[in-house]
Amino acid sequence: MRSTWRTLQQRLGRELARDIALVCLADGIVGLSFGAITVGAGLPLWLPMLMSVVVFAGASQFLFVGIVAAGGNPVAAVAAGLLVNSRHLPFGFAVADLLSGGRGRWLAGSHVMIDESVAFALAQRGTGRSKAAFWACGTALFVCWNLGVLLGAFGGAAITDTDAFGLDAAFPAVLLALVLPSLRDPATRRAALVGAAVALATSPFLAAGLPVLLGLVGLLALRPHERRSPR
Amino acid sequence: MSAVTLVLATVVLGVGTYAFRVSGPLLRSRVTLSAEVERLMAVAAVVLLTALVATATLVQGHGFAGFARLVGVAVGGVLAWRRAPFVVVVVAAAGTTAVLRLLGVP
Repeated sequence: MRSTWRTLQQRLGRELARDIALVCLADGIVGLSFGAITVGAGLPLWLPMLMSVVVFAGASQFLFVGIVAAGGNPVAAVAAGLLVNSRHLPFGFAVADLLSGGRGRWLAGSHVMIDESVAFALAQRGTGRSKAAFWACGTALFVCWNLGVLLGAFGGAAITDTDAFGLDAAFPAVLLALVLPSLRDPATRRAALVGAAVALATSPFLAAGLPVLLGLVGLLALRPHERRSPR
Repeated sequence: MSAVTLVLATVVLGVGTYAFRVSGPLLRSRVTLSAEVERLMAVAAVVLLTALVATATLVQGHGFAGFARLVGVAVGGVLAWRRAPFVVVVVAAAGTTAVLRLLGVP
């Protein structure tokens, strides 16, 4: 464990390794609550663990469990979860380059493609660093998330209200800090702000997941020459 | 709900999510995209993440998520803008929100 940490620090740099570790800790605690809440709602002990390995996407897992625990239709729960996860399709095109290097790499790398690993990759300069950040964040989060869920499922009601720790504010703050460097480019910033406005304006009416996807409308705010110019 | 139904639903959600994730890398391993499309993809990821920041900060269900979370994320955002260390940004955001809730701010 200690030697793994040391190798990571050498490859990523002390600072980036520490940042990723912090996000892992925060998400591990959220995983703890996911396990506890799911079992607390009367669902089987294996469900949160199976979901966290097979689906590995927090927001959709909470949504799924919320619908099923309330006696909702499983088809509706799956549809709602898929809608929330649809943003991984455009994410996949954005980070595809980082997953090159053989079939095994992109097959495995795709599964650890989540908001945080994409954001950490985008925040780095140079393909080598982006690649290292994506893989380190993705695999570390997979381990921490599943570990948290496992402990939460068995440990029960120790932590069910992560809002009390402000962890619901930590998630957007993490993504904001990672996305800010990209927003220093004026064209990207304009597209992103239009996208955010569209997502917010449609949130009261549309099912979760759709507003964020509709945010892609912001790309229309790019002028033709801005679509070509490298940053 | 029966165990079989739950397993089936979980697997369908997992396979569907993986299909979303793997489509980009799968296509990319076969075709080369133009520089213009690549640039658009990179901007698209930033646009999506920004939209996610906005909704995760302000929206809970279909309503307003409350001031405690908004102020916490805003504090984190200002610190990030002023190039504070990442750890400071995240801990300040969560800490601010937690303290506000402790004080009774929704």
